[in-house]
Amino acid sequence: MEKFTTLTAIAAPLLRINIDTDAIIPSREMKRVSKEGLAEGLFAGWRYQAPGSREENPDFILNREPYRRARILLSGINFGCGSSREHAVWALREWGIRAVIAPSFGAIFQGNCVRNGIVPVVLDNSVVEALAGQVEADPGKKQVTVDLLRCLVIAPDETRHGFQLPTADREMLLEGLDSIAVTLKLDAEILAFRDRDRTRRPWIYLPKAL
Amino acid sequence: MGRTILDKLWAEHTIAELGDATSLLFIDRIFLHERTGSVALKGLEEAGRRVRNPEQVFCTMDHIVDTTAGRTDDTRMPGGREFITSTRASARAAGITLFDLGDDRQGIVHVVSPEQGIALPGVTLVCPDSHTCTLGGLGALAWGIGSTEGEHALATKTLAVRKPKAMRIRFEGTLAPRVYAKDLMLHLISRFGASGGAGYAIEFAGSAIRALPVEARLTLCNMAVEFGAWTGIVAPDELTFEYVRGRPFAPGPDQWASAVAHWRTLPSDPDAIFDRELEVDCSPLAPQITWGTSPQQGAGIDGQVPDPAAETDANRRQSAERALLYMGLTPGTRLAGLPIGAAFIGSCTNSRLSDLREAAGVLRGRHVASGVRAICVPGSSLVKKAAEAEGLDQIFREAGFEWRESGCSMCFYAGGESFGLEERVVTSTNRNFENRQGPRTRSHLASPATVAASAIAGALADVREMRPRD
Repeated sequence: MEKFTTLTAIAAPLLRINIDTDAIIPSREMKRVSKEGLAEGLFAGWRYQAPGSREENPDFILNREPYRRARILLSGINFGCGSSREHAVWALREWGIRAVIAPSFGAIFQGNCVRNGIVPVVLDNSVVEALAGQVEADPGKKQVTVDLLRCLVIAPDETRHGFQLPTADREMLLEGLDSIAVTLKLDAEILAFRDRDRTRRPWIYLPKAL
Repeated sequence: MGRTILDKLWAEHTIAELGDATSLLFIDRIFLHERTGSVALKGLEEAGRRVRNPEQVFCTMDHIVDTTAGRTDDTRMPGGREFITSTRASARAAGITLFDLGDDRQGIVHVVSPEQGIALPGVTLVCPDSHTCTLGGLGALAWGIGSTEGEHALATKTLAVRKPKAMRIRFEGTLAPRVYAKDLMLHLISRFGASGGAGYAIEFAGSAIRALPVEARLTLCNMAVEFGAWTGIVAPDELTFEYVRGRPFAPGPDQWASAVAHWRTLPSDPDAIFDRELEVDCSPLAPQITWGTSPQQGAGIDGQVPDPAAETDANRRQSAERALLYMGLTPGTRLAGLPIGAAFIGSCTNSRLSDLREAAGVLRGRHVASGVRAICVPGSSLVKKAAEAEGLDQIFREAGFEWRESGCSMCFYAGGESFGLEERVVTSTNRNFENRQGPRTRSHLASPATVAASAIAGALADVREMRPRD
């Protein structure tokens, strides 16, 4: 996984509340058993003129300059709610998004972000709106910084906003860690737990696959 | 100090404390489906990793399978066949239990899981599917994850999870006739918002919950994710034990007594402290219906489309305005009487035998209004069989419903089928998002009984006004 330390980039305000993962990537855009090839389907229902078409809707923010080059997304509460599909995160990442700043996230989406190099930054709605306001004044020049080393978002006017991230999530993003390898360092404990548990709750343990 | 059911299950499954309120949790059982499980299994294969304890891992075909009679691996979903064949190959290679097409046990993952006794009280169960919280209805600690976390759980039998806060919601009072668990949740979400449960594991308690049959508790917990919760849970009780006993993967006779004795220790202690408590009086509740494009945009069937201008919060106002535009509705319109073009009964929320019985009770001796396309998709192949054994399929067919093979079907444009552009659908599913059931399709969420009544009326209808016929 690609590491994330700090990023200064164009931020696209998409200030709707409850943007769900069906909107981020419609089911019909998940065409292969793969984590790749999903950028084209990102926000397909909003980004293109008609269902199934690839003719761009010029009103949609990510189709407009300079937001076509956005690396940060600003949004409303409960971003990424709904379906667990990790394809939503894979699509955002492949399209180029490395951080999403919103007042809250769908829990599964948030977990998927940190496993794919996207920083889910939680900031108050008033702060997100203030960032959007500054960006919109001059979108190409008014860039936003997400500094994961110091857990800071720096607004175009240099205002600093601290944010919090669970320690493990921050480390995973900063180091680009493989979480399975990290967990398997505790494998002796896992196997010992399983042995004890088998005695304590034998009914959980099925003999073999049927 | 007393402990909540969450505290107990958390402690019981903690292998190691990782700091920052995060634990490495032991995962008892894992369920996969072809839509998101395929990529997890493939990812694991590509990394050269193996499934640990494959006998505790299950997989079904539900999301994009064809639901018409005589189905094959072909599906209208672009590239869908690859998801099915890839899942089958990976499942066989990994040695996990697969409920494939043609197997009686096949069906929607969260219908199959309790039906087969795979989900049990007190187990930790994960699935790369957001509605895994459904299984909380049995007293399981069950939650949805992504595919990458799925790979982690498959390879290590663990997940590193930050402990959520605990909320208890007491539903008190008695539900009026024709008001169901689905209505409770739609009401809760419309009142407290689609992120009202964010950051919490929610225990549903109170007299109305104790009175709910197990299948209704599954419906209740199913919608916890629509409330933004990490998961939902109902403490197991005698009804739960009775439901679980004798199911294929449940504890057998020699282990039954010790399992039940353990399960009886799980409910929250009387002096347990919750981070947040809510109480809802169920008695005055009417059947609920959504009018917008978020589950929080709903009201009683006796209500009307609200005026966004009355909304004080700017974000909620814009969201409501946008929703009305999408839904083709104007403020002040009465919800009951709004003409519909389609009706759908199915999904992991409301496709179990009890759901089909309630709908059939409304449909018996009646016919759907002309011009309404009505479809029923049983939640599993066994639900379908059981319904047919008691003649429910005949009632649905005679009422003008299509009677399908099991799968997720039109809950989410899954098989590539939809009711059509701007078609108004009353649906027993869980999400009314824009384009969820197909491009520009307009979804109104409701209970199966309300869906049935509306199909007959040809318009959103108050099921309380329809008398059962014999």
